[in-house]
Amino acid sequence: MHKDYWRANLKILMILLSIWFLVSFGFGIIFSDFLDQYQIGGFKLGFWFAQQGSIYLFVVLIFIYVYLMNKLDKKYKDNNDEENKY
Amino acid sequence: MDTQSLTYLFVSLSFALYIGIAIWSRAQSTNDFYIAGKGVNPVANGMATAADWMSAASFISMAGLIAFLGKDGSVYLMGWTGGYVLLALLLAPYLRKFGQYTVPDFIGTRYYSNAARLVAVICLIFVSFTYVAGQMRGVGIVFSRFLEVDINLGVAIGMCIVFFYAVLGGMKGITYTQVAQYCVLIFAYLVPAIFISILVTGNPVPQLGFGDTLIDSSTYLLDKLDQVTTDLGFNAYTENSKSKIDIFCITAALMFGTAGLPHVIVRFFTVPKVSDARKSAGYALVFIAILYSTAPAVSAFARINFIDSVQNVEYQSSPEWFQNWEDIGLIAWKDKNEDGLIQYSAGNALEGTKPKFVEGEGNHGERLVSNDANQANNNEVYIDRDIMVLANPEIAQLPGWVIALVAAGALAAALSTAAGLLLVISASVSHDLLKKTFMPNITDKEELLYARCSAAVAILVAGLFGIYPPGFVAQVVAFAFGLAASTIFPALFLGIFYKRLNMQGAIAGMLSGLIFTSSYIIYFKFINIEINYAQYWFLGISPEGIGFIGMMINIVIALAVSSFYSKPPEHVYEIVDNIRTP
Repeated sequence: MHKDYWRANLKILMILLSIWFLVSFGFGIIFSDFLDQYQIGGFKLGFWFAQQGSIYLFVVLIFIYVYLMNKLDKKYKDNNDEENKY
Repeated sequence: MDTQSLTYLFVSLSFALYIGIAIWSRAQSTNDFYIAGKGVNPVANGMATAADWMSAASFISMAGLIAFLGKDGSVYLMGWTGGYVLLALLLAPYLRKFGQYTVPDFIGTRYYSNAARLVAVICLIFVSFTYVAGQMRGVGIVFSRFLEVDINLGVAIGMCIVFFYAVLGGMKGITYTQVAQYCVLIFAYLVPAIFISILVTGNPVPQLGFGDTLIDSSTYLLDKLDQVTTDLGFNAYTENSKSKIDIFCITAALMFGTAGLPHVIVRFFTVPKVSDARKSAGYALVFIAILYSTAPAVSAFARINFIDSVQNVEYQSSPEWFQNWEDIGLIAWKDKNEDGLIQYSAGNALEGTKPKFVEGEGNHGERLVSNDANQANNNEVYIDRDIMVLANPEIAQLPGWVIALVAAGALAAALSTAAGLLLVISASVSHDLLKKTFMPNITDKEELLYARCSAAVAILVAGLFGIYPPGFVAQVVAFAFGLAASTIFPALFLGIFYKRLNMQGAIAGMLSGLIFTSSYIIYFKFINIEINYAQYWFLGISPEGIGFIGMMINIVIALAVSSFYSKPPEHVYEIVDNIRTP
């Protein structure tokens, strides 16, 4: 049971951290100059990701993590209660 | 009321508030003193974490730095917020589950070794004192500019306030004062930003305003800024001038360093449950993001306002703030072409960069400097980047109460961070060095007394740093993050995610990270300052970013050494299994 919980946890981490890397290091740094050819309002897109977008995304990522982990904790707890019944 | 009386009023009111909170929330036991009895609401803890984290550097210096760095300044914005994702996902919940008092506590227990604990204590004390020095300088600047008291007296007043609530209240007192300080500092940061955004672009939301068009014009602010900066010989504002690899490494070092900073990590030990630790990290980042998303807007406004208000203006009719900051020594003007007008452009105005003021006045009434003019360019203005946020309301001619508010906010930012740092220093001395290593038989009461004494000593040392600021404060900031990234972060991360890592591997890893990172920084920042340029750096990575490489080295060495020695004992496996289940 513990192993399954840990594996599910690692999967969540891998997915969220890949997005974290892609947006900050990817959009904000590595592909930033390429993205600068597009504009939203007065912002060049790469510049916007580097100075605004990545910060907003970090906040969203943590709250997605909180939501997914609370769900996982609940599932794990329910399963444990099931097992304890028998 | 004039600006100065208002400033006195706001600052004294905020100080009275902090002291009142401290008396109301005194610590009764070591549990209260170290981790506030684990009873802090996650939202309150989020606010306290934000105040703890946002220092004088974030409040005073960061927007100014970005104003001059342009897009390169993004390393601070991403680095100092992205670290919270790592903290929330990889460290905070597990360390909260572990449920001890300090960061070295975890390292000492997980690696079943007091040697590992000591290495962690050394790194922690070094990182924290580096940081405290910067806070005290911030307190000194605010006092001397806005309250016109002597810098030393200002630092002494700041020390007394921190002494009062940190020694009396411990973590419990600090937590609730930090909540109040967050409210003060964020209000003080947003009000002028909103005012200036309306003045410059007509848009009341600064985050949108700096992507908007200038008022009475159809030109975008950032396009205008790009054009003005290139005209004056600077790099275009929205383009990078540093190399990609350097930007990558600096951002990474700041992120992993943030996640490894002990005074931030311990804040997550104070909440009741593991799920609260996760939630609390989310709230902390929301509260931080409010300031960090505003900062680049403030930077852009400040840069354009600064250029507009001084360029080709006669010195004698220059704005009042220009001469006020000149009096303090953070602005200097050398009339190279002797036309009496202020000309600002790229390059250092003076030989030896920093102005050395001498007695007497020049032809136009300016303060004289003994530096020779740097003839390689036409720039006549020296400006210390630290003053941008503080001077911004004056530059934009905002009312006196806004300026007073900014002074109170800057003090809140500096004091809240200083208190958090002093607390982890005192906890690591009284708990890790005394209770867990050298004097295991002391009672809880005695330990509390030692904790208070070491907090008092730490405050005195910090105060001395403020009164006699070491010339290397700016250089050592790279040190704080580099060391946190290359020693503390990997030890915590591997301790949670890699069960097989034993004592030998962890110690070898931390030491190699410590030695590599510190020797690289010392070599370029202290020994061979004249070759601190990209062509001499390892792979083009500056000392600011080398902590990331140090972290990689730490991890590789730790894994390699670990495989030569036997597995950790059974009870360590149980500890790790335990912290992995919420």
